Amino acid sequence: MENTLRDPQKLPGWGIDANPENDPTYPMREPRMNVSQDLDSKHRPASLQPEDVELLKSIERPTVSAVFGESAPPVGLSGLIRRFAFKYSESHYGHWLPLLLADRVNVVEGIMEDLGQGKVPNIFAEKGYAAEWKHNRTAFVAKMATIAAVTVGSILILTRDNGKKHKYRY
Amino acid sequence: MLAMDYRGPKRVRATQKPMPEIKHPQDAIVRVTRSCICGSDLHLYNGNVPDTRVGTTFGHEFCGIVEEVGPEVTKIKVGDHVLVPFNVACGECHFCKQGMFGNCHESNTQASAVGGIFGYSHTAGGYNGGQAEYARVPYANVGPTVIPEGMDPDDAVLLTDVVPTGYQAAEMAGIQKGDTVVVFGAGPVGIMAARCSWLFGAGRVIIIDKEDYRLEFARNYANCEAYNFEKDMDDPVVFIKKQTDFMGADCVIDAVGAEAAGNAMQTITGRKLLLQAGSATAMHWAINSVKKGGVVSVVGVYGPTDNLIPMGNVLNKGLTIRGNQASVKRLLPRLIEHVQNGVINPKALITHRIPLEEVADGYRMFSAKLDNCIKPLLVFPSSNI
Repeated sequence: MENTLRDPQKLPGWGIDANPENDPTYPMREPRMNVSQDLDSKHRPASLQPEDVELLKSIERPTVSAVFGESAPPVGLSGLIRRFAFKYSESHYGHWLPLLLADRVNVVEGIMEDLGQGKVPNIFAEKGYAAEWKHNRTAFVAKMATIAAVTVGSILILTRDNGKKHKYRY
Repeated sequence: MLAMDYRGPKRVRATQKPMPEIKHPQDAIVRVTRSCICGSDLHLYNGNVPDTRVGTTFGHEFCGIVEEVGPEVTKIKVGDHVLVPFNVACGECHFCKQGMFGNCHESNTQASAVGGIFGYSHTAGGYNGGQAEYARVPYANVGPTVIPEGMDPDDAVLLTDVVPTGYQAAEMAGIQKGDTVVVFGAGPVGIMAARCSWLFGAGRVIIIDKEDYRLEFARNYANCEAYNFEKDMDDPVVFIKKQTDFMGADCVIDAVGAEAAGNAMQTITGRKLLLQAGSATAMHWAINSVKKGGVVSVVGVYGPTDNLIPMGNVLNKGLTIRGNQASVKRLLPRLIEHVQNGVINPKALITHRIPLEEVADGYRMFSAKLDNCIKPLLVFPSSNI
């Protein structure tokens, strides 16, 4: 495809936000203010959200923030791992790697929770395979066929090995 | 209420969840009328952001009708149709006072590096997001902004993230009149960054991606040069050097972040093994293709751990690297003006309207770039607008 361009100076709005004083050494245009220039730098909102769920706090902060999300408090084994992670600062692998582990454990907990509620998760639907089927059918079928072939092959190999072991007992 | 429900990497569904409640006197409850899936949601969807918990609702690009307000809310009222910036910002802390609404210090307990973001993991505050029929919106005196009379809600919803992030990418690049700007990534933010680069007086804008349909869209929408790094070149850095008389671009924008393709080592260590905070291929190319003394502007989202980038070249080339989450509240007045004057046409980015019930298909379609998807918008059963 050819790049045939119009004269940029004839584009709507060309240069209207140009600012020769846009100093790229600070991420905002507003004058930089250090903490000593801000006489009220420790200012906090007057009202604080009540802590009615378990909240994990970064050790790089002195306080819980004035508002916070309550979408999924730590629970179960993943919660234990997350509590461990928050003993470390954000600059420490001891913080982030356990959190990634906890996320994966949490996935298994989610499936168990579904099953516990008598609901079998519809993995096909949750993975959005209907979109693949509709818009990318050939590649999708090839991918699924490959997975199925590898799975069946693995089962056959394992089954065959078991059979051999069984024979040697006689 | 019906809400998107994260179940694990590449697994989401729409499910019934409890209605949100007022938790703080400055909270509002909003009935969502428009909500988008953002490219950065895909980092959560793919399981790349630590502390993304099963059961949370994503969504940081939304607008809606105010249904209920807390006792200290004075700036908006029940019935207002508001757009909700993706940043949760108090407006009072040391950082908000400087216009750094993306860096609020009173909206995220779980991490100190990033402020609160709707529906963006517990690392960004643990808030449920707007891919639901209703959402709790903290600090309702600060963020939510009444949609101006006559503005299309499809335009308004893109003012919550895509437009300000693309605009700030160009702003942070420090573009001067006549500059050559290279944008890595032709997703919605990259396309918007390319479009906004002209507003700052760029002389030439080049966008790089590997999806032809996105490059074609960018070429038409942003009037920029568009190249496919898999088809049009062997080495993007050398290509840009050749395009700029071997000097390098004046400014380079990384609008890709953690999901970058193009370098096997980065992909394996960053996206498959999670040994890095995502694949830093675009950032690597940006540093190496910008001119000496140039500016690299980063709006592509990376995880909170580490990335492999050529720091030695940052020093040796004397580069300035600027990055931040967009400060939506700060930019809104100017951007609303641009939309009203027809300078920017955000809603042209929306290519798909997907019922919330089919949110899993929407994520898959956007993630796998099916059906020439640029920007998917979720449609709500309870929205009448």
